[in-house]
Amino acid sequence: MSIQEFVAPHSLSEAKGLLSDGAIASVLAGGTDLLVGVRLGTRSPERVVDLKQIPELTAIHVDSESVQIGAAASAFSILHNSDVPSCFPGLAEALDLIGSTQIQGRCSAGGNLCNASPAADSIPALIANGAQCLITGPAGDHQMSVEDFVVGPSKNALKEGELLVALILPRPSPQTADAYLRLTPRTEMDIAVAGVGVSLTLDGNGTCTAARVSIGAVAPTALLVEAAGAALVGTQLEATAIEAAVAASREAACPISDKRGTAEYRTHVVGVLVARAVAQAQARIVEASS
Amino acid sequence: MNAYQEFSIIGSRPVRPDGLDKVTGRARYGADLNMQGQIYGHIVRSPHAHAVIQSIDCSQALAMEGVLAVMTGEDLPVPGDSVLGSGEGAIALKDLSPMVMSQGKVLFHAQAVAAVAATSPELAAQAAALIEVSYQVLPAVTDMHEALSAEAPILHEDRFPDGFPEEPTNLAAHISLEVGEPDAAFERADVVIEQTYSVPMCHQGYIEPHACVARVDAAGRVDLWCSTQGHFTVAQYTAALTGIDVGKVKVTASEIGGGFGGKTTVYLEPVAVVLAQKAGRPVKMVMDRGDVFRVTGPAPGAQTRVKLGAMRDGQLVAAEVECVMDTGAYNGNPAGIPAFMATACYKLTNARSTGRAVYTNKPKIHAYRAPSVPQVTLGVELAMTELAAELEMDPLAFRLKNAVEEGDANMMGAPYNRIGLRECLEVASAHAHYKAPVAEGEGRGVAAGYWINAGLQSSATLNVLSDGHLSILTGSPDIGGSRASMALMAAEVLGIPFEHIHPQIAATDAVGHCDVTGGSRTTLATGQAVIQAAEQCVAEMCRRAAAEWEVETGVVTWSQGAAHYGEHSLTFEALARRAGTMGGPLTFSSSLTASSAAPSFGVHICDAKVDKETGRTTITRYTVIQDAGKAIHPAYVEGQMQGGAAQGIGWALNEEYLYDENGALENPGFLDYRIPVASDLPFIDTVIVEVPNPLHPFGVKGVGEVPIVPPMPAVAEAVYRSAGVRLRDMPLNPPTIVAALQEG
Amino acid sequence: MNKPLNKMAVQATINGEQTAFLCSPGQVLAEVLRDEMELIGTKIGCNTGDCGACSVLVNDRLVCACLVLAAEVEGQAVQTIEGIAEGGVLHPVQQKLLEHAGLQCGICTPGVVVAAKALLEHNPNPTEEQARYWLAGNLCRCTGYDKIIRAVLDAAQQMREEAAA
Repeated sequence: MSIQEFVAPHSLSEAKGLLSDGAIASVLAGGTDLLVGVRLGTRSPERVVDLKQIPELTAIHVDSESVQIGAAASAFSILHNSDVPSCFPGLAEALDLIGSTQIQGRCSAGGNLCNASPAADSIPALIANGAQCLITGPAGDHQMSVEDFVVGPSKNALKEGELLVALILPRPSPQTADAYLRLTPRTEMDIAVAGVGVSLTLDGNGTCTAARVSIGAVAPTALLVEAAGAALVGTQLEATAIEAAVAASREAACPISDKRGTAEYRTHVVGVLVARAVAQAQARIVEASS
Repeated sequence: MNAYQEFSIIGSRPVRPDGLDKVTGRARYGADLNMQGQIYGHIVRSPHAHAVIQSIDCSQALAMEGVLAVMTGEDLPVPGDSVLGSGEGAIALKDLSPMVMSQGKVLFHAQAVAAVAATSPELAAQAAALIEVSYQVLPAVTDMHEALSAEAPILHEDRFPDGFPEEPTNLAAHISLEVGEPDAAFERADVVIEQTYSVPMCHQGYIEPHACVARVDAAGRVDLWCSTQGHFTVAQYTAALTGIDVGKVKVTASEIGGGFGGKTTVYLEPVAVVLAQKAGRPVKMVMDRGDVFRVTGPAPGAQTRVKLGAMRDGQLVAAEVECVMDTGAYNGNPAGIPAFMATACYKLTNARSTGRAVYTNKPKIHAYRAPSVPQVTLGVELAMTELAAELEMDPLAFRLKNAVEEGDANMMGAPYNRIGLRECLEVASAHAHYKAPVAEGEGRGVAAGYWINAGLQSSATLNVLSDGHLSILTGSPDIGGSRASMALMAAEVLGIPFEHIHPQIAATDAVGHCDVTGGSRTTLATGQAVIQAAEQCVAEMCRRAAAEWEVETGVVTWSQGAAHYGEHSLTFEALARRAGTMGGPLTFSSSLTASSAAPSFGVHICDAKVDKETGRTTITRYTVIQDAGKAIHPAYVEGQMQGGAAQGIGWALNEEYLYDENGALENPGFLDYRIPVASDLPFIDTVIVEVPNPLHPFGVKGVGEVPIVPPMPAVAEAVYRSAGVRLRDMPLNPPTIVAALQEG
Repeated sequence: MNKPLNKMAVQATINGEQTAFLCSPGQVLAEVLRDEMELIGTKIGCNTGDCGACSVLVNDRLVCACLVLAAEVEGQAVQTIEGIAEGGVLHPVQQKLLEHAGLQCGICTPGVVVAAKALLEHNPNPTEEQARYWLAGNLCRCTGYDKIIRAVLDAAQQMREEAAA
């Protein structure tokens, strides 16, 4: 293997130093993308910087304002040792669909996001929930939305020496719920052929007052489909509204044909999933208020 | 004639003797052994699917510190026209050798062209990258239909099937069998259907990659450890491929992590041996998962045209089957079986069946569980179902009306002995699954299947130990619980406790010849050798008892683990303890070419639900009914039925080889070569039917292979009934189903 | 040529024993367990986390050892298949797999045992569906999973009965 050095810093400043001294370095969270890449020859860092000893990187914090998920926190700990699933069941569904139980024991939402596969499961769910990336680097800290963070297939917006520290999700307002659905040929263990993350807010009359629809695996990056959200806002989520959101999502999709599915199929299925995810989010809101 | 009619322990479910080691991680598989001083081999593989090797320069690799040997195809003898083995197992060396290493021409992507051995796997990989190979790249063809077209590049200028014009072609074989007058019979038929079906190239998908360690001593004797279904075959092939006398090759079989036919040949072993010989150090080689998919023999893809004719009353009168199979770069001989076995389940006096094989720039195909039969059976069984629908007959009733029975002849004219197809169909018809109403939105399919089952050669040696325990040595690697079956059979004959019996897989120098664990033959043939050796033991123990009691041998009987005459008895344990003074060591060997093999038939029932918006199929219920003759250890028979069904379901729904335009495999890994996972399947119910095999002392019939034969047509019919669209080309993955629904 | 060995010294608890080993920075845990510590029970089926044959527990967390760098387990507790049976007494999952014939070739079995043990510690009363989804990362090509799932559910029941008693 190319890896010549392994370091596990205990502080962010130490980590930042290790990422900006000229070494060909890669950060390590769960390793479920990095180590596969090293095995297949697509990644070749000389230095691996393990982030899991840095408290900010693994902490999961829920307060009345927001939910902060350390970028290196494992999916398993998010799912089973935190309150994130009760706040964002759709995000939890997305994390629960990544790989296997073994993969979830290691993989992180931050790593899934930074790896920026067009088919990554966490990204549509993060976008739908309006997640922000907390980034630190030589020039200090800043934030950006997840949809701005993924810039291309396997490309994120981190600059030289920068590090994703945490994901910040604003606490949803009342009568809000999210959902994530994806299509894979098998029930598990597949990369998404299409994925949809949705967040809806309804008022007391069942009218949609806010909606975010994000589609994945059907474009070079996951997309926030503003037109789909707009088609739902102000409606009772009746059939015509859903169809409009579905059409807008299919319009926004520009998938490729590859060994996992044809472009036609992906475009078709992403629409099916939008309708189903909207229905699921709606059902969650209705159930929570009954 | 079944010598044993009632059984005292056969048919029970004891814990297998090797089970403890396997649940605790102690069992040693191919990669789990290290030899002192070992170094590591790494193979250089062609980046081109079709090319001429112009030169190979190993000098830089050899100059690297830590590199102790290199080899190329020039280190292997030229295969010429030698043939290894005989009958169905025969293989031409020129089809086998290039699968180990090319000798000048590359005919599939990632074909081995050279190898290097160094003191660590990392060094070996680095050295391999320094081996310079120059290629003259040629156009490649991976689609078998394109390979038959006039413009296709020709893989073998020097080969053409018997009876064909002497022009180079990619047709590897053409075999046709005919009985009666099918054309005239079609004229008479009330209903004729004709359809074409297809199945993709697939892999056996064993979880354990190939692995071996080879040591060659100063006298040129080879000590080879490898994961294999047949270490005697490994010895024979390795010797032939390297030019070493087979008498100097000793092979020890490790535990094997799955084979399903894919480990009945060699890939790494001859390379490891040559490297070990050159380096003077043992060489360990473990195949990378990607290479397992890229270069080891997959199962052929096939296209099958089926024409069936029947009378209104449901009697089948004519059949015509033409199956074209993709054999990959060399001849894996897939075509004979479709010709011979396509119509095996049904009474047909007028039939024609043809098998053709085509060369393509892909690895040579190799055996995969009932080789070639699942491919042709998708067509025949789905056509039978479609014909039953046209006749408005229940699909099981239609099959029952035409099912072969004892005395009916197969396509080669040989009559069936006592077989169990009718019984399986009757059990299926009466089964709760079949009687249950089909759930809303779901569909149901049924299908039958056949596999011939092999006999072949087996040997066993039984050694009675001084404490009354028994050691059984065979040469049959234990893939699925066969040690337990051997112990059960010996326990049945001898009447001693199962726990006192220790079956072991002996190396090639320690037991008589054994053909591969495959062909559904191990319980039958190796078991028969065990039974015969156990019977010899009983005879000798009775003889010793008779001598002690001074009576005629003939009056001494054996039961409950002891010799008896009148009030006298001598237990197995006593005879064992006193062996030294009663005639000497109690050791018994038996070898045979089993002529007792009988075919197995199975019937499967599948319920499936298709999500018509996404095209995803869920198998909601599945039942396997199969004639096992006599189930020695029912749990392991059930296991074969369930495992084969799961493989067939995977082949029906998601498994396929996908090649890019350069002839490279796009999905060489478990992520995108999609075998079923635990959440994809329901419990698989099983019914073991027992129609004893009259040729075998216990009535055994092989069981391992036939379970993979019925699933594809059963699943395809269930999908049709659920989705409303008829699909005849596997796999039935979501994009395929949605596209068909949108068209229809 | 005297190249310095680029090895790290790692201290960890392996199957309850304080252990130290040397590893290269890029070596994965599966390789170190098998080659340095001769714990060959952890199997390598794919080396890319797709098959689960290399399943181990790190701090009681189920992971694929092929996707953990050996250096990461510094100060951590690792449990492999070799450590599942305690004092020679099989874990109920191991015992039930034997009784149900839930293994044929056995290559996936160590991974299945480790994964199932983790399942039952996480959820002592899994449904069939929950067991199947938890074990979806353990590929088996021999059994069709039927007898494996039956064995795991049976072990769960036995463990609940023992806990209640």
